[in-house]
Amino acid sequence: MPFIPHTEADVREMLATIGAPSIEALFEEIPAELRTRELTGIPPALNEMEIARLMHERAQQDGTPLNFIGAGAYDHHIPSAVWAIVTRGEFYSAYTPYQAEASQGTLQLLYEYQTMMTRLTGMQVSNASLYDGASALAEAALMAVRAHRRSKSARILVPATVNPTYRQVAHTITEGQRLSFDVVPYEPALGTFDPKRLAQYEGQDITAVVIQQPNFFGLFEDVDAITDWAHANGALVIAVVNPLSLALLKPPGEWGTKGVDIVVGDGQPLGVPLSSGGPYFGFMTTRMEHVRQMPGRIIGRTVDLDGKPGYTLTLQAREQHIRRSKATSNICTNQGLLVTAATIYMSIMGAEGLERVAATSQQQTTALVEALTRIPGVTLAFDGLRFHEAVLRLDRPVAPLLAALAERGIVGGYDLSRHYPELGHALLVCATEKRTDEDIARYAGALAELLKSA
Amino acid sequence: MHEPLIFTHSRAGRRAAGQYPREVEAKVPEHLRRKRPAALPEVSELQAVRHFTRLSQLNFSIDTHFYPLGSCTMKYNPRACNELAMLPGFLARHPLAPENLSQGFLACLYELQEMLKEVTGMKGVSLTPMAGAQGEFAGVAMIRAYHRARGDHERTEIIVPDAAHGTNPATATMCGCTVIEIPSLPNGDIDLDALKQALGPKTAGIMLTNPSTLGVFERNIREVARLVHEAGGLLYYDGANLNAILGKVRPGDMGFDVIHMNLHKTFSTPHGGGGPGSGAVGVGERLLPFLPVPIAAKEGERYRWLDERDLPQTIGRLSAFMGNAGVLLRAYVYMRMLGREGMHRVADFAALNANYLLARLRAEGFDAAYPERRASHEFIITLKRQAKELGVNAMDFAKRLLDYGFHAPTTYFPLLVPECLLIEPTETEAKEDLDAFVAAMVAIQREAEQDAAKVKGAPYTLPVRRLDDVRAAKQLDLAYVEPEQGA
Repeated sequence: MPFIPHTEADVREMLATIGAPSIEALFEEIPAELRTRELTGIPPALNEMEIARLMHERAQQDGTPLNFIGAGAYDHHIPSAVWAIVTRGEFYSAYTPYQAEASQGTLQLLYEYQTMMTRLTGMQVSNASLYDGASALAEAALMAVRAHRRSKSARILVPATVNPTYRQVAHTITEGQRLSFDVVPYEPALGTFDPKRLAQYEGQDITAVVIQQPNFFGLFEDVDAITDWAHANGALVIAVVNPLSLALLKPPGEWGTKGVDIVVGDGQPLGVPLSSGGPYFGFMTTRMEHVRQMPGRIIGRTVDLDGKPGYTLTLQAREQHIRRSKATSNICTNQGLLVTAATIYMSIMGAEGLERVAATSQQQTTALVEALTRIPGVTLAFDGLRFHEAVLRLDRPVAPLLAALAERGIVGGYDLSRHYPELGHALLVCATEKRTDEDIARYAGALAELLKSA
Repeated sequence: MHEPLIFTHSRAGRRAAGQYPREVEAKVPEHLRRKRPAALPEVSELQAVRHFTRLSQLNFSIDTHFYPLGSCTMKYNPRACNELAMLPGFLARHPLAPENLSQGFLACLYELQEMLKEVTGMKGVSLTPMAGAQGEFAGVAMIRAYHRARGDHERTEIIVPDAAHGTNPATATMCGCTVIEIPSLPNGDIDLDALKQALGPKTAGIMLTNPSTLGVFERNIREVARLVHEAGGLLYYDGANLNAILGKVRPGDMGFDVIHMNLHKTFSTPHGGGGPGSGAVGVGERLLPFLPVPIAAKEGERYRWLDERDLPQTIGRLSAFMGNAGVLLRAYVYMRMLGREGMHRVADFAALNANYLLARLRAEGFDAAYPERRASHEFIITLKRQAKELGVNAMDFAKRLLDYGFHAPTTYFPLLVPECLLIEPTETEAKEDLDAFVAAMVAIQREAEQDAAKVKGAPYTLPVRRLDDVRAAKQLDLAYVEPEQGA
């Protein structure tokens, strides 16, 4: 019996102690007519050797293609030490630190994480993480509505250059609380959001403005002007950022005259593998004045009975297990294990390491764009500086090309035609520090061949 | 044992240079450039490894300690689940990779959906919710969407028993519903009269955990289902306690319309110091069109994603991609290793361990909160008598248990039972570990009788003694400031 330690003698003795004739008798309170018979839909058990064989086959089935997609998840190098420590049983198999004295390792690590995130984003306080970047945006929108007591509209402006899936998730999660998101168009020639487009909202009750930097197309937004416009018009500012980019870019806490109010994003670039889509983690930082409106776990440093420093969950009066229907959010867990990875990653890499990774990713993306736009039929959609993603326009539909590239072991990018039909045959590509010049040449060669053949 | 903050190991100019790509110049518009580097630690790789290894050693965990935290199902997390979910083919796969490069991964997810349908008796499953609370959200959002699709816009009330997890009422609020709380009877069952009073034309549904958080099976579940359905509402099953009934009774057969499953409890994916969780949802026929997307589907021998185009009435997306994929793979491996027979054994031995531990503690003089009831996979001890007679409360027992090398049970939850310990041993603990826990409880009881102050001062042997929570909340210190900067 896998994972069950009981011997037959144990079972006999335990039943005798209970005073029950059989294990079956322990379920006598369940009405007999409801009892499950055989679970025929579950296959027979596999031992570890058998399941290992199956999983190796499945994992290898699709090969190890060369990846040029970003769109919210990025293929960065992760030092071996990171996951060797993350998967130590003491981190891996512990739970939420309800008993602080028996969880100081997790708690101190989370306090260190909170410190690093406030420093990276230029804000005062951080929570201990949320589920992912998309749901973090939803939580930020709800938080803005709570924090901005003078605003009654629950109306939030979102440029169309914010990750479209993030916008979908924010809508799904906030719909029940009647938040509305006004999507404001970007400049079709530039691929960025022009702050002048905000003029039409002057004098209206707007709760918050969302800015993504770098935006979904990899381009830099005029974050200072947008932040200042929002504050001048009585709205809060929610920044959506790639944490790695903050090694190069001005932190949101310094945008405009006053800095933004809430910062969110996905922490995946900080030591979390692509892993087919998760688990990643969402982060959130804010100003001290909004800390009581922030959702999720927060760790504080305090002292014990002897005056020695220690760490504990704090401000729990915001949370569902205390406030129930009046809580700031229904969130219970965070993404502790992924935050563990990010904290170790940031410690090993340091600010300079993050800067190098960011700069190299940018350079390799520039090289990728140069190589691909040399191919007839491929042009760059938007000029100007960018971080590590770019929009390319092709002379034919993207989907069949991506399928053909996949057959050659290349994941060629993200097809923008569904979310941005106005861009025509547009492809979002990305290169990180892991993509070599040879990788780029291989992609360019395959694409050139495909475009020539048709 | 004390480990200083990582920031205190930091020295300007120290690097883990072996991890760095070559140096290149970044191109950023001047007005957007970061002026000062973020003050992250500057440490060697060894210093980082040693620091975080030492931090790990300050934790209790399943791998190191018996961890009978009620309502959390802290069972063994098989190592194979982790290793096989982290195979390079899964780990390096981008979530937006084309379907023709995702067949192995999609096959695992599809089969996981099918197995979860089978063990819960539901008709459809979506794996995207990233935690139990998000699964709850999806469930209530689907109930709302169902009523709205029928033009039934007045149904906005969600009934929740007083014993429910805090996430239940918080979720109902997030979905724009009003919470109607109903009491439990002294024997732990739902008060059917109160339920009848609460039901009406505004009822959207009821959220139930069964067995309830009181650790007992809701015996009138069929009557509850009949009453709620007759009133036009739907039944939501909170899967927090699914471990108690796996292979014994299925929520779909009890009459539930929607369920979330905590894969990190019942299906043994790691708790990770507070996440990642995974809150897959299952639904009956009526709610199929509203499931969150994406969902893995099989067409002939090929697998593909179903999205908004396939399910136009979906409540939408809950994550940027497809939920906590790596957690789903771990649950898949675990379920395949249990297999058909193993599913039944989970509840068998979870119930055997819980009832044995309860019987032994009662024999030693501890008071069960529901003495006339069978324990499910967990049970409640109340220390009301000790608190009154000896001045030693549930928190004191919990803290002293840490000194004896046991993680404490859940304390002060459910809120209905005074001075309670909610104890869940799980099926993976051996009899001698349960016996050792009983011995510790008995020893603490003796200490409480002879030297109450000793118990009230616990713990003594952990990295810190009892922490000043009031100070933590009043003098907020949520991020480190270096002394020279903080002056």
